Amino acid sequence: MKVLSLNFLSCAVKGCKSSSDSYPLHPKDAELVQDDIEVNAQLLINLLPRIDWTALTTTATELGFPALPPQAPTPEELEADEAKLKDLHHLLMETQIMEGKLVCASCGHEYAVREGIANFLLPSHLV
Amino acid sequence: MSRPEDTLSADVHYDDVEARKYTTSSRIQNIQASMAHRALELLDLSSPSLILDVGCGSGLSGEILSSLPPEEGGPHVWIGMDVSASMLDVALQRDVEGDLLLADIGQGVPFRAGTFDAAISISAIQWLCNAESSDVSPQGRLSRFFNGLYASLKRGGRAVCQFYPKNDEQKKMITGAAVKAGFGAGLLEDDPDTKNVKVYLVLTVGQAVVNGQTGDITGVVKGMDNVDVMDARRKASSGKGEIKKGSKAWIMHKKEQMERKGKVVKSTSKYTGRKRRIAF
Repeated sequence: MKVLSLNFLSCAVKGCKSSSDSYPLHPKDAELVQDDIEVNAQLLINLLPRIDWTALTTTATELGFPALPPQAPTPEELEADEAKLKDLHHLLMETQIMEGKLVCASCGHEYAVREGIANFLLPSHLV
Repeated sequence: MSRPEDTLSADVHYDDVEARKYTTSSRIQNIQASMAHRALELLDLSSPSLILDVGCGSGLSGEILSSLPPEEGGPHVWIGMDVSASMLDVALQRDVEGDLLLADIGQGVPFRAGTFDAAISISAIQWLCNAESSDVSPQGRLSRFFNGLYASLKRGGRAVCQFYPKNDEQKKMITGAAVKAGFGAGLLEDDPDTKNVKVYLVLTVGQAVVNGQTGDITGVVKGMDNVDVMDARRKASSGKGEIKKGSKAWIMHKKEQMERKGKVVKSTSKYTGRKRRIAF
């Protein structure tokens, strides 16, 4: 599961919908894998405004990446600076969580990740 | 043809054997591919986007999303949701590019607001009309799904869901749930009145006007060949109140109504609706 997806996932438990802690989910005991994926600059530029930079910074620190700049780059900066684009691509698209857990900070529910697939099935009393 | 939806739930029906059969059948592959292409055409995306694949299964439709050439707006990045672990297992073995999520769409869509540019769903949402246990209802599952989908799409986004309705009632139930969630909804039928009819539910979020086209389905199919638009929406002035009670037109309307109900109605003549002459 890509870090990109993690930046969009929030807790699925009904009681967490109104809580601000339910996003982002925090990776726990995560095993990472690096994949080689072709850089798609246009896609990253399209996605950039929708990425929650604070959440991404938290995730990156939790996964043991060097600290990200406090401010998100603008699309123009990204277009001009290839190194920046590559770095972002590496973090968002190429880094994948293979095994581990995603924990909701609000309800403490743990979503298991196995072979890169997160299990979001909930028992019916939590829906 | 038998409907697997009638007998078992999706995660039980698509076990290892069934998932493999489904994915290796060249007939199903062809049908799925043509439907995915049709859905993409309806989505009309011009640049690489983030797409949600609802009920992605073994990634047959997702493959098409990630292999789209740049001149057609691709390649897109997709995230797939499916309830069948066996199907996802096949997807893993096929080494699909999208991210996979084991989740029941009837439990909602666990993404934050405004995540996706578009959503696609091939032969999946009819499964929502089944409830396997007494604590869930089809209506509840449908509304959770559509509410979640509505929130997770960005404004001006579109979703195209191809599905196999069992009957007209089910078709109405699904569209009704989508409209209730706030979508602008429309149905597109390919090859209507044949055995191979394919029903696409085209959903739009917000009334965005793109290139002078309205955001709803009539705007989506504008410019496509061989599409007849049948707009059953109520017009702004519904005609009610225009007919004066007691007038001839009103009487004719009532007579027609009664006739439709199967009541015995006096035949209409030139005297119908006329005032009686004063007798004295």
